[in-house]
Amino acid sequence: MFDRWCFCFIAGCLLSSFLMSTVTPKTMKAAVLIQRWYRRYMARLEMRRRYTWNIFQSIEYAGEQDQLQLSSFFSFMLDNFTHMFTFPPDLISQLLDPVVDPWLDREICYSLILVPESYSGPRLSFPLSVSDTNALLAAFKEQQTLHARYVLQLLYETKKLLKQMPNIIHLSTSYTKEITICGDLHGRLDDLLLIFYKNGLPSAETPYVFNGDFVDRGKKSVEVVILLFAYLLLYPDNMHLNRGNHEDYIMNLRYGFTKEVMQKYKTHGQEILQLFQDVFSLLPVATVIDGKILIVHGGISDQTNLDFLSSIERHKILLPFTETTRFTLCLIVVHLIECFHLEQIVDVLWSDPKIQEGCSPNTFRGGGCYFGPDVTQRLLLQHGLQLLIRSHECKQEGYELCHGGQVITIFSASNYYEEGSNRGAYIKVGRELVPRFYQYQVSRTTRKLTLTQRVRAAEGSALRALKEKLFAHRSELMCGFQEYDQNYTGRVSVSEWALVLEAVLRLDLPWRTLRPHLARLAPDGSVEYQSCFEDMGPGIPLPQVTSNLAETLFRYRTDIEIIFNIIDKDHSGLISIEEFRHTWRLFSAHLGVAIDDSAIDDLARSIDFNKDGSIDFTEFLEAFRVNWQIIMDLLKNAHQ
Amino acid sequence: MMSQTDETPAVAKRRDNNMAESNNQSAETKLSDVHKRIKAAFETFDNAANNTVDVREIGTIIYSLGCFPSQADLHDFIAEVEEDHSGYIHLDRFLPAMTKVLLEHKFPPIPKDLLLQAFEVLDKDNKGYLEPEELTKYMTQEGEPFTQEEMEEMLTGLADHERNVIYYKDVINQLAIDPDM
Repeated sequence: MFDRWCFCFIAGCLLSSFLMSTVTPKTMKAAVLIQRWYRRYMARLEMRRRYTWNIFQSIEYAGEQDQLQLSSFFSFMLDNFTHMFTFPPDLISQLLDPVVDPWLDREICYSLILVPESYSGPRLSFPLSVSDTNALLAAFKEQQTLHARYVLQLLYETKKLLKQMPNIIHLSTSYTKEITICGDLHGRLDDLLLIFYKNGLPSAETPYVFNGDFVDRGKKSVEVVILLFAYLLLYPDNMHLNRGNHEDYIMNLRYGFTKEVMQKYKTHGQEILQLFQDVFSLLPVATVIDGKILIVHGGISDQTNLDFLSSIERHKILLPFTETTRFTLCLIVVHLIECFHLEQIVDVLWSDPKIQEGCSPNTFRGGGCYFGPDVTQRLLLQHGLQLLIRSHECKQEGYELCHGGQVITIFSASNYYEEGSNRGAYIKVGRELVPRFYQYQVSRTTRKLTLTQRVRAAEGSALRALKEKLFAHRSELMCGFQEYDQNYTGRVSVSEWALVLEAVLRLDLPWRTLRPHLARLAPDGSVEYQSCFEDMGPGIPLPQVTSNLAETLFRYRTDIEIIFNIIDKDHSGLISIEEFRHTWRLFSAHLGVAIDDSAIDDLARSIDFNKDGSIDFTEFLEAFRVNWQIIMDLLKNAHQ
Repeated sequence: MMSQTDETPAVAKRRDNNMAESNNQSAETKLSDVHKRIKAAFETFDNAANNTVDVREIGTIIYSLGCFPSQADLHDFIAEVEEDHSGYIHLDRFLPAMTKVLLEHKFPPIPKDLLLQAFEVLDKDNKGYLEPEELTKYMTQEGEPFTQEEMEEMLTGLADHERNVIYYKDVINQLAIDPDM
């Protein structure tokens, strides 16, 4: 040790002789001490950052698993009624019935809309020019909204353009400098603007590929997707958009795009949404650069075949309800082919890479597969490719390589989970086809946040989300705890506490490390498990519920909200008694239970608490609470 | 002693036996708890789920388990557990070595007053604070020097925003780490 000190001393002198007067063994010792202390503090911070990340990610994927539950709920329904020899798609089409046939081209929808003199936003003229896209950029930076008339016209023109495009776009680098590839944006306008600022606006010299998931979760999905489509119209040869799993009707209902459109466009929202769905279904599903780099949003499966993928009629695929549609369609011979088509597209939009070899169903997401390095290798070889670029998963550094460098994940929404959670990134690729990565992070404040502040903010957010989960599973957890606490002391050991949480929540998290944030310790070092549920209550006020049901509703409230949104066709936030009656009748009929109309009417009237002739979401939730047991019993009996 | 009533010798003996048993148990459970803590910290960095971590993460893992090794200490520890300069460390070797470190309190925390003294040594003019240039000089040129990145992070994190100096007394108190670890 002393030798080391000597060496440091001499080296210090040699390197900075002007310090001679200040360098003493004492200052050296002091410096070492401070360095040790600070390094330890930073390491601790890094640990917290990592487990915060784990929390966000496991909750996100568990949320997508709930999607599966909703699908199973519907498949229960449909299970029965295939026995009755009626066409299952009827139920789906009646539920999802758009107001107008989507495949009728409606020329007149936008031209009849008058734009008032007072409107100060951009007035687009088609075909678009650079001044139009510049006007859009400037307007969106100033928080302006594009008038519905122009939105509709833009979407209509985009739809026309996309119809002419194949499922897989082939690009070459030979005529351009470098192609820029971006991943998920999820409605983050700031990130898109930052990319344009750092890398340049789309043009012949700066071609772009955007790899799906432009909308949902973020607050500016409308602005993001308008800009992308505008540039697509302006430079159709230099701007390329792949479809993501969020360019989809049901995902939009659940993850915020539908709501955002309805809020910004109160009069024409429904028409706009309709056109968005048309355009989304027409987006290409893959891009290939120089025949060597394949770009898709999710990934691949062991069934993926690019030639076959090219030949499908992509706009005819109804993506949501992947489980149910697949199940029901498979029953009908005529639709067998479509079933396979659907799988091909779902795989490409939903799959995730895994470390182990093989290909297994992606149970977390409810669609697509987990594909191993061998699957990647095989596909690349089969088609003479050398690299797969995909998105779909948030990565701390904005990008990640796996499968020996043959797969790159690129993610462009920085601070996705919370301020400071992750960077965004994009890839640039030139003629030599070697990818280069560019990272960035959007900051809301002008002052640079310290790492500590960022970690604290992200951690707080993650822990809140985690506490919600604990509350939602309260009775199961209490049962679990009580198994270890037969004498009702209210305490279990830390190990037992961790075991119960792991078993009930099935989230792969470092519970012992998180314990100080979630539960109190008794003086003897054991955990007072009731303290897990303090400071936590559901966001929705529920009248006189028993605790069990409160949890169930809390857990399924998003699903119930989706059902509500489906029935609420005009997205007004209210269901008319008639709509409710119609839907409930459908459900009961298909369950094979005879309920007469007057009973349904009574039900409808009883749910409309304030007697204003329509049902809002709180009333709807109450209806479920009241009838949940009946529904579950009906489902159980029907299934037998 | 909670009981006020008289105990028969048999009862007393049973009670003593129980306490002895629970003391033994607590030594065992203590060891198993230590193992669990080490494994949990290790797993956070085990990206490939194969019980190995990159050697560059070892420092972070050890620090997060409540220890305060110096760079030299880390260097020695790594030399003991690394798999022949492969760049990886396996849990099988890490677990016993780390258990020993924890049970023997090998790299104890730095007491606050010692830390304060260290800062005071650097603060030659006894100002009560350090200028960023002063701190940078010491941290990057003496002891086990910081990288430029580490230095920037430290300055951003510790400097007072208005005066742009480091009030080290406040900083020592502020950067108290969560209890329990």
